Amino acid sequence: MMADIRLIEIKEDILSDNKNLADEIREVLRRHHVFLLNLMASPGGGKTSLIVQTVRELKDVFRIGVIEGDIDSVVDAERVSREGVPAVQLKTGGFCHLDASMIDMALKEMDLGNLDLIMIENIGNLVCPAEFDTGAIKNVMILSVPEGDDKPLKYPLMFSICDVLLVNKIDYLSVADFDMNALKDRVFNLNPKIKIFVISCKTGEGIQMWIRWLTEEMNIYIRSCRV
Amino acid sequence: MHELAVTESILSIVIKHAAKNQVKKVLSISLKIGELTDLVDEWMQRYFNYLSKDTIAEGAMLNIERSPVVFQCVDCNKSFPVSLKESGKIVCSHCNSTKVTLVSGREFFIKHIEVV
Repeated sequence: MMADIRLIEIKEDILSDNKNLADEIREVLRRHHVFLLNLMASPGGGKTSLIVQTVRELKDVFRIGVIEGDIDSVVDAERVSREGVPAVQLKTGGFCHLDASMIDMALKEMDLGNLDLIMIENIGNLVCPAEFDTGAIKNVMILSVPEGDDKPLKYPLMFSICDVLLVNKIDYLSVADFDMNALKDRVFNLNPKIKIFVISCKTGEGIQMWIRWLTEEMNIYIRSCRV
Repeated sequence: MHELAVTESILSIVIKHAAKNQVKKVLSISLKIGELTDLVDEWMQRYFNYLSKDTIAEGAMLNIERSPVVFQCVDCNKSFPVSLKESGKIVCSHCNSTKVTLVSGREFFIKHIEVV
């Protein structure tokens, strides 16, 4: 005899556990007045260089920590530690993204009472990190000039969820077939609210605009934590 | 690309609900997944078969319904579906504005399960 087949309604978000934990992380950070920034890019886009530049510019103003997500090495964490800021290395062993539970683990290793800004260097990839809320206050992505101006067409989700796009390696513009206006059109089309800064971590061009934006956002955030 | 992590969550949610409902076996799982998420159906099923071994959901079929990417126009407030594979520029189908925001296409949820 056939057993009775039943249908059970679930209607549950597959990523709800991650979202809930990300909200809890934001709550904890708010109590400690810590600003969490999630930095995403392709491999070689300039995440580590941007972190190093940002630390150099802001380490006398804010107490900074870094969470390094990397597949299986500590090279980036070592480069960041040389700048004199605490860095926690997450070894994700092949994972393609960082999620809230990994960030939660990393934050437990950090002295939140003595930090103002924590930067997450997410796994180098424009696909998966866009899906997973890390608990960050702001999401920032880097697109480097050699990658091409067509990337918003290929990775629309990443461009849709970010608060800031940093177009890095503009020192390559003269040798690259890269249409900056076409890029900006494509990005604003997907995300009209995004801020775009054009920078070069190598020459330092444009970095001050980024630092000004970050400082303003941090001040707004820290003021809002006090209320 | 991150089918494994997502499939793990699906399995744990399904097992939780199955246990609550005194289920003997889960036959199928119906999912609704937005077109904007980069998941490959075949790989989700393969990972699921691997992860679900020796659980009450072993071998359950994943029925995946794709929900379209929908944008809303900032100028006229109307919504319209977009096929991202063919689109160069996203233009409001009602008023031709290019000021648009994403409203759906990122869904990721379990609708129901078929059980005995």
